[in-house]
Amino acid sequence: MRAAVIQFPGSNCDRDMAVGFDRAAGHNSRTQMVWHKESSLPDGLDIVGIPGGFSFGDYLRCGAIGARSPIMRSVIDFANKGGHVVGICNGFQVLTESGLLPGVLMRNSNLKFICKDVDLKIETANSPFTNAHKPGDIVTYPVAHHDGNYTADADTLRTLHGDDRIAYTYVDNPNGSVDDIAGILSENRRVLGMMPHPERLNDPVLGGNDGSKLFESIAGALVSA
Amino acid sequence: MKARVHVTLKNGVLDPQGAAVKHSLGTLGFEGVDRVRQGKIIELELSETDTAKAEALVKDMCEKLLANTVIEDYSVEIL
Repeated sequence: MRAAVIQFPGSNCDRDMAVGFDRAAGHNSRTQMVWHKESSLPDGLDIVGIPGGFSFGDYLRCGAIGARSPIMRSVIDFANKGGHVVGICNGFQVLTESGLLPGVLMRNSNLKFICKDVDLKIETANSPFTNAHKPGDIVTYPVAHHDGNYTADADTLRTLHGDDRIAYTYVDNPNGSVDDIAGILSENRRVLGMMPHPERLNDPVLGGNDGSKLFESIAGALVSA
Repeated sequence: MKARVHVTLKNGVLDPQGAAVKHSLGTLGFEGVDRVRQGKIIELELSETDTAKAEALVKDMCEKLLANTVIEDYSVEIL
């Protein structure tokens, strides 16, 4: 599995994401870090990660400026050609702002920055990101966001439900997201955006390793592909 | 030429910041505030001198960056 992680000014989960990819891929895997001002991605990539953080200080809207960075044109091309992309937290916001995923992440309904571990339900195992699970499995990932309140218009929500594109839901909704949505998939199921942070709970020394399942799912799907 | 863009949440989109401001106004004793909606103003100085062209340009900017039309409306004023 060849992975790259995009770095924006203000990204702060980029290294954690790279460790997640490297551990799951094993032997000599070296995730490549790609600065946002680059205009092209390295050749031969299997997956691109858009990390958490506060790209461009969340100016204008969370993820809005990052989504228009030069590298994002290449990421959009990569996704449109069937490449895998995962965006976590600010990465999810970048993916909605760039149009790779529908909907938008609004300010949390209680207006508070929420930083805690939350339980998530796996809604579908039919994706390269969740295939190490069974639907209904519960995992614990941390959330750390001010703008995680997912919403979309009624047609989009019907499509997401109808096409089994909701990957994760909150067991106890912390932020007001419509239908408890915590993560969604693209139409071809190869782009995942999620607010919770699997890469932050990816080692027992950090208090748990539920997060490793996401990276193992990806590695399993992309190695056998 | 100057342009001013107003960006507001669409009607029907919950505005928790507006609700918090309304609540706070009530705490201060301001009565009769039925609704508060919070938005933002973006001012631009443009080299374009033709009003119609400037307006079209700024509307394009709104569609591509300044507003997220999933949840926001925008209006453009040429000053």
